[in-house]
Amino acid sequence: MLKHRLIPCLLLRNGGLVKTLKFASPKYVGDPINAIRIFNEKEVDELMVVDILASKEGREPNYSLIEQFAGECFMPLCYGGGIRSVEQAQRLFALGVEKVCVQTAALEDLTLVTQIAERFGSQAVLVCADIKKDWLGRRQLYAAARGKNVSRPWRAFLEECVAAGAGELVVNSVDRDGTMAGMDLELIREAAAALPVPVIALGGVGSLADIKAAVAAGASAVAAGAFFVFHGPHRAVLITYPRYRELETLLSVT
Amino acid sequence: MSIAIPGIPVGNFASVLRMIDKCGGRATVVSTPAELANFDRLIIAGVGAFDYGMANLRDGGWIDALNEMVLQRRVPALGICLGMQLMCTSSEEGGLPGLGWVDAEVKRLRPEAGSGLKVPHMGWNTVRVKRSNPLLDGEDGEQRFYFVHSYYVACRRDGDVLATAHHGADFVAAVNHDNIYGVQFHPEKSHRFGMALLQNFVNLQC
Repeated sequence: MLKHRLIPCLLLRNGGLVKTLKFASPKYVGDPINAIRIFNEKEVDELMVVDILASKEGREPNYSLIEQFAGECFMPLCYGGGIRSVEQAQRLFALGVEKVCVQTAALEDLTLVTQIAERFGSQAVLVCADIKKDWLGRRQLYAAARGKNVSRPWRAFLEECVAAGAGELVVNSVDRDGTMAGMDLELIREAAAALPVPVIALGGVGSLADIKAAVAAGASAVAAGAFFVFHGPHRAVLITYPRYRELETLLSVT
Repeated sequence: MSIAIPGIPVGNFASVLRMIDKCGGRATVVSTPAELANFDRLIIAGVGAFDYGMANLRDGGWIDALNEMVLQRRVPALGICLGMQLMCTSSEEGGLPGLGWVDAEVKRLRPEAGSGLKVPHMGWNTVRVKRSNPLLDGEDGEQRFYFVHSYYVACRRDGDVLATAHHGADFVAAVNHDNIYGVQFHPEKSHRFGMALLQNFVNLQC
């Protein structure tokens, strides 16, 4: 049967890999090519690389670097960051990227999502929704490039994304980012129940039990950053990924 | 041994080319049907809609040259994902006839309502090898591959089924008829499992 995917999500900043805490204080964790090579050897299900400065600085994707990533990936590669046009997406696909992830452009206008889906299929376009709680504890859609909440219900936005052609949705909890304190299961449950396409849960994974809980809440796939790059209480940089048998036992549906 | 990939605009071939290269093979994306005469292997790769793929083969004048290569010269041919579906006779997804090399119809995946199963079937799944064959070693323990598809190949002849996978129900994950092979999954994105399959394809005896 179909397996739940476990996806390392790597953050790119000025050509280096970083890991953030609640979307702030990026800590350098190493050279991306080296990291991707290790993840490939560990036979990860899929890999997601997000350039966290591209949209903020209005830059295009770093094509030459992404081409090197694709060359190291014997599994599906998803890239996000700075994509504003279907031509840019096309260029990324030609380099060997399977999926593109959009956020900033999608928040403004979903035409890009539709254009990519029509040209390359729904499976090729993801939308990532960052969700941040406001001071009243209500979940709000967050625009990472502007560092602001968006006054628009997150669920309605994601439903519009699906209607526009998004084949998968990443639901990322900003408040849990990098904390390794567990995922926002209520958010995952609500998103997975409401949306007909696979939901990739992101934000807060600190243990295998967290992954299992997210899958039980309805996530088709679980993505994580810190969990795969930090080790021990002092957050020493060490790239790890569970062994296949371990995951199989963990996620076997009984 | 050199492998031709028809250069129709149905997705990217970079990953296939790279994986074939790792396997010690040589693959080239060819832009005109006439070039096919220079090759002794064929891969039809791609993702997207059935009619879009067939219309591109038809409008580019590929169909006669492909038939000559595969049915007359009988070179080993491998269809990947949409490529496998194009080798069938027809598809529920569209109205155009397929290449008709494999006696099968392409049908929509329809998991039972309430099963919670999503379409497209996307992600890693294991396959069950149905008969001994040169591409997929059934004795090799569990093999998993990366799938992304909403339609599947329904064979009319059981003997053509090489391997099945399960998503709500069993469906055909790989077919073979004479020199013609097809896989629904993406071997170029399936780690050592896919690499072994492509390696086997590169090494196939004509």
